[in-house]
Amino acid sequence: MIAIIDYNAGNLTSVRLALEYIGVECEITRDPAKIAAAERVIFPGVGAAEAAMANLKEFGLLEPIRETVASGKPFMGICLGSQIILEHSEEGDVACIGLIPGTVKRFVPIDYLCKIPQMGWNTVEIKNQHPIFDGIEDSTEFYFVHSYYCAPSQESHIIGETDYAGVRFASAVGFKNLIATQFHPERSGRIGLKMLENFSRWDGKC
Amino acid sequence: MLSKRIIPCLDVRNKKVTKGVKFQNNVELGDPVEMAVAYSDGGCDELVFYDITASAEGRPIDIEMVKEVARVIRIPFSVGGGIETLADMHRVLLAGAEKVSVNSLAVNNPTIISEGARAFGSQCIVLGMDPVRTGDPLFPSGYEITIRGFRERTGLDALEWALQAEELGVGEIVVNSVDADGTRSGFEIDLTNMIACSVGIPVIASGGAGTPKHLIEVFTRGQADAAIIASMIHTGEYTIRQIKDELVSAGVPIRKKW
Repeated sequence: MIAIIDYNAGNLTSVRLALEYIGVECEITRDPAKIAAAERVIFPGVGAAEAAMANLKEFGLLEPIRETVASGKPFMGICLGSQIILEHSEEGDVACIGLIPGTVKRFVPIDYLCKIPQMGWNTVEIKNQHPIFDGIEDSTEFYFVHSYYCAPSQESHIIGETDYAGVRFASAVGFKNLIATQFHPERSGRIGLKMLENFSRWDGKC
Repeated sequence: MLSKRIIPCLDVRNKKVTKGVKFQNNVELGDPVEMAVAYSDGGCDELVFYDITASAEGRPIDIEMVKEVARVIRIPFSVGGGIETLADMHRVLLAGAEKVSVNSLAVNNPTIISEGARAFGSQCIVLGMDPVRTGDPLFPSGYEITIRGFRERTGLDALEWALQAEELGVGEIVVNSVDADGTRSGFEIDLTNMIACSVGIPVIASGGAGTPKHLIEVFTRGQADAAIIASMIHTGEYTIRQIKDELVSAGVPIRKKW
């Protein structure tokens, strides 16, 4: 069973529908006991970092998230859930969970040719091969919607990279049993489903 | 590099996809759920679903159909028609839509944009606008916003409205040319270019797509970030693969694998 952490983030339904589509059992929950009992955990999110951190505190989810990651259980952050696992976000100048060293930065608009948010399909170049990319070609396109991006401080944590707004940013980051994608596999067609399938089989080792 | 998006539009009425010319004389074309699956499998980058008679009939959007579409496709899709309140937006997003599109509602009550953006994030609030060409000097852009499916003029200038909506927090703007709608004779390039180059958010061109060449024009000269297509694929004249092949040949950045 995959627990999808519910902290009033936006894309819970689409993550659940995608997992159901590939026949993976899942439950949207904010119950620490259920999160602890799940085999795997997905940490989704769409919205603002500040509000997300406030919700996580209010619902008492920060410790369960840290414990899950420390336990070695496969843990996947998506979009906002990939950003707030870093140490700090420029969005609202807020301290984040700090599971991976680094910060979250805002795209600086160059001109009208480069819209913020980045919205649409962009290629992900695999920098360090990872089990969630099994069977997925290098430079495949995934669906993105974001105005901020992850800047991990250690190069070894960068799994995939993408170019936008004159920046080459980490579109997938990972460390041990933790994997996180800026893009939305749940909205990235069959290739995104393949990635979720890979996650549903992954043992958390790489 | 970020790809330009090709977005089929499903105008739904009485649970069937329909298409008219300049918002009139709609004919039935097929089942929305089947068409959504076919287009999604066929390589479209996103889908738009409008319940085109919800507002006129004074009823809420067909939420069961939204749920059914959300269950079967795995690409982003936005939904519009019959959205009146924040609660309506929330229902649509919970049903599995990625974005909510507001049009007449936003003209009558612009604060719904900022309220929606605050509650659900800018990225899921889409402004649909239906500008019509005018020679009246009261409209500096040369286009006036119409609402209720071209039935009512608003006195709003198209460019001013786009800038105001951006300020209020919409995530992207669909510019649907009333003059070009359903004509299949090409997008209104100047209109698209004017709005796309004036706002810092993505602009989706709509109305007039008839051939792949029209799409090449709207992505290059028009500077659109995405384009809506309808008749040209609903009739089976083109597949999304054919359209994308031509765009790739012309050097337009396009998603090639799906």
